[in-house]
Amino acid sequence: MGSKPKIALYWCSSCGGCEESVIDLAGDLLTVVKQADILFWPVAIDTKYEDLEGIGDGEIEVTLINGAIRMDDQVHMARLLRKKSRILMAHGSCAHLGGVVGLANFFTRDAILQRIYHDVPSAEHVREPRFPGQGSQEAPLPYFSNYVQTLDQVVSVDYYIPGCPPTPELIKEAIFSVLEDRLPEPGKVLADDKALCHTCPLSESKPDTIRIQRFKRVYETEWDPTRCFLDQGIICLGPVTRGGCRARCIRANMPCRGCFGPLDNVLDQGAKASALLSAIIEADDVEELEKIADSIPDPGGLFYRYGLAASVLRGKVGGGTR
Amino acid sequence: MSRRITVDPITRLEGHGRIHIFLDDAGKVNRACLQVPELRGFEKFCEGRAVEEMPTLTQKICGVCPTAHHTAASKALDQLFAVDPPPAAKIIRELIYNAFLFEDHLLHFFFLGGPDLIVGPTAPAAKRNIFGIIEKLGEETGKTIIETRNRVRQMIGVLSGSATYPVCGLPGGVSKRVTEEERNEFEKTAKDAVALAKTALEVFHRVVRKNKVYQKLLHSDVFCHRTYYMGLVDDRERLNFYDGMVRVVDPEGREFAKFEARDYLKHLEERVEPSTYQKILYLKNVGWKGYVDGKESGVYRVGPLGRLNVSEGMATAGAQEEFERMFDALGGRPVHNTFAYHWARLVEILYAAERMCELSTDKRMTDAKTRNVPTNRPEEGMGVCEAPRGTLFHHYKTTPDAIVKELNLLVATQNSAAAISMSVEQAARAIIQDGKVSDGKLNIVEMAFRAYDPCLACATH
Repeated sequence: MGSKPKIALYWCSSCGGCEESVIDLAGDLLTVVKQADILFWPVAIDTKYEDLEGIGDGEIEVTLINGAIRMDDQVHMARLLRKKSRILMAHGSCAHLGGVVGLANFFTRDAILQRIYHDVPSAEHVREPRFPGQGSQEAPLPYFSNYVQTLDQVVSVDYYIPGCPPTPELIKEAIFSVLEDRLPEPGKVLADDKALCHTCPLSESKPDTIRIQRFKRVYETEWDPTRCFLDQGIICLGPVTRGGCRARCIRANMPCRGCFGPLDNVLDQGAKASALLSAIIEADDVEELEKIADSIPDPGGLFYRYGLAASVLRGKVGGGTR
Repeated sequence: MSRRITVDPITRLEGHGRIHIFLDDAGKVNRACLQVPELRGFEKFCEGRAVEEMPTLTQKICGVCPTAHHTAASKALDQLFAVDPPPAAKIIRELIYNAFLFEDHLLHFFFLGGPDLIVGPTAPAAKRNIFGIIEKLGEETGKTIIETRNRVRQMIGVLSGSATYPVCGLPGGVSKRVTEEERNEFEKTAKDAVALAKTALEVFHRVVRKNKVYQKLLHSDVFCHRTYYMGLVDDRERLNFYDGMVRVVDPEGREFAKFEARDYLKHLEERVEPSTYQKILYLKNVGWKGYVDGKESGVYRVGPLGRLNVSEGMATAGAQEEFERMFDALGGRPVHNTFAYHWARLVEILYAAERMCELSTDKRMTDAKTRNVPTNRPEEGMGVCEAPRGTLFHHYKTTPDAIVKELNLLVATQNSAAAISMSVEQAARAIIQDGKVSDGKLNIVEMAFRAYDPCLACATH
């Protein structure tokens, strides 16, 4: 028992979807626990923080952390797990790129709290707005930071498992590449460096050149499920997104939203997406070009759906202080 | 000296939480509470986004109950654009939904709350988990549980793209049609799901109900709250996960209110507390009287026990039998014992599986028409469904070009939030008397929240 390598799984600002995809390993999860001890995994195992603090530095072979960093105690936990682990992996889009929760960087901390705790129509009508954390010395709350960060903006990360969530196959491969000592060089995203289009079941229908006169929204249009989305004027981020997801959205007849993040040599997925779309707009003059570009609803939220916190701009508030 | 015991993190649930227990000088429990130390801000950062993205965006609130958000959002879009899905889409959506309820409840019984019951409340911490369950029930049974659950999740994947994150929801329908070959497969999977639901109930009757500690918890007045209950019912007052009217019964089981989801603001209100990021829901027309039960307090409960307490019966035969068996054994509706949540959840598992059988044999599912494309201008929409943990409301307002202006979410666990904290305090008082605690005792305190299967990521969103 004691000689088996130790594994830890933890979540920060997350949804539990990365946990579910570990559970989706199904039979393979039983193989994992035959070869390793899962030392810490709050969703499934009764280990407390004090137990974790008690173990030696570097004693955990590999830790997978999912979720972005928003609360100040998550910074503490990321540092603690970094210290205790030989290898640290950012597990899923939020740890990797900030994920959907990173969209909060479009808004200030105050605007978020004001909306949630005071302005929503179901909130109790009180004269003075009340906010969590105020006047509770007895049981203090972690601080809701000024903006969302990726895991590697807080601690050094050895590998990244992409996706919202990653497929069970990728997680399995990541864990076994540690257990079987066949990891690639550090810093790698553990999935192929090829755009989704390469494995897309609709790729054969993608023409060499696409020309678009208006972008269509999925609610207002019907499309041919056997043809490339982009060629039908529906925004699909497949060309600027890493594959490895088994094209699960495309197979359900919906376009890609970019959850596997950019390819290796791309700094900013959103900028890449806007470059791609600019190149396929068919316009004779600036006015027409603007009109076509305006047919893209919420380009910021769409192109940076999963990567705002990791982007060059980091959102409206990303350049500020915690 | 007075002191504080903190359980951090609480485990085997979705999301972050901690329990604080405050003791007096004599070591007696003064107060205890469950604190949710996380927040993400969906109600703000969904503003400005394209509304058709809400089914896939809001479901990122929770990777354990994504399908609940996906479904509530899709229904909100139907209403927003005033468009009704064709029959095939309704069947597909409800099939996905029941399959999801099934696998999610099963997750609780075998991974989250179940280990306390099957391995035992005070078993060693290292054994209180799925792996301990497999050891106890045998590897063969363990594999059947894991593989069947997995197959049901794969079925959701075929229908919607992914069990963890479905993408098929559109205003007026779903994006993908079902082939006859697929439907045939679903029919087989649904039959296996019924068999597994029966196995789970058999394990419950044979192992759990015979466990002395659980028996004591289940039949003790100490673990009761005489609260209101809320859940969706169909036109014959039977439980329905996918659609219906919101029904509220009082602590005596008499109907207190029945309303359409769009009238939620007349009935429900959220309270902000300094010690938690979670907003606490209560019945507006009774009022907030603090963390107390009874008819004068607006505290109410939802989820499996809440739903069964507001229902006159179940819509499938096997589940109806188990429904009667439970209420007969526990003294009739409404049942107030918190630990009865586990039993109620298993009755619901069987209903979900039986409903999957009904839906998967409906050949209208394979019709090519799975969408009605909206032609109306959007303004405001409301979607509701029964998430595994209780009633879920999505409310959107948009600009005429379908960009979200405002979004308000009342999420399942929030409905039971006050009661969950009360149950934790109740358990702490019952278990800790002399200031001494042990892993086993603190686990029983944790069992008080686990009975509800709370999702704290959802609760704060």
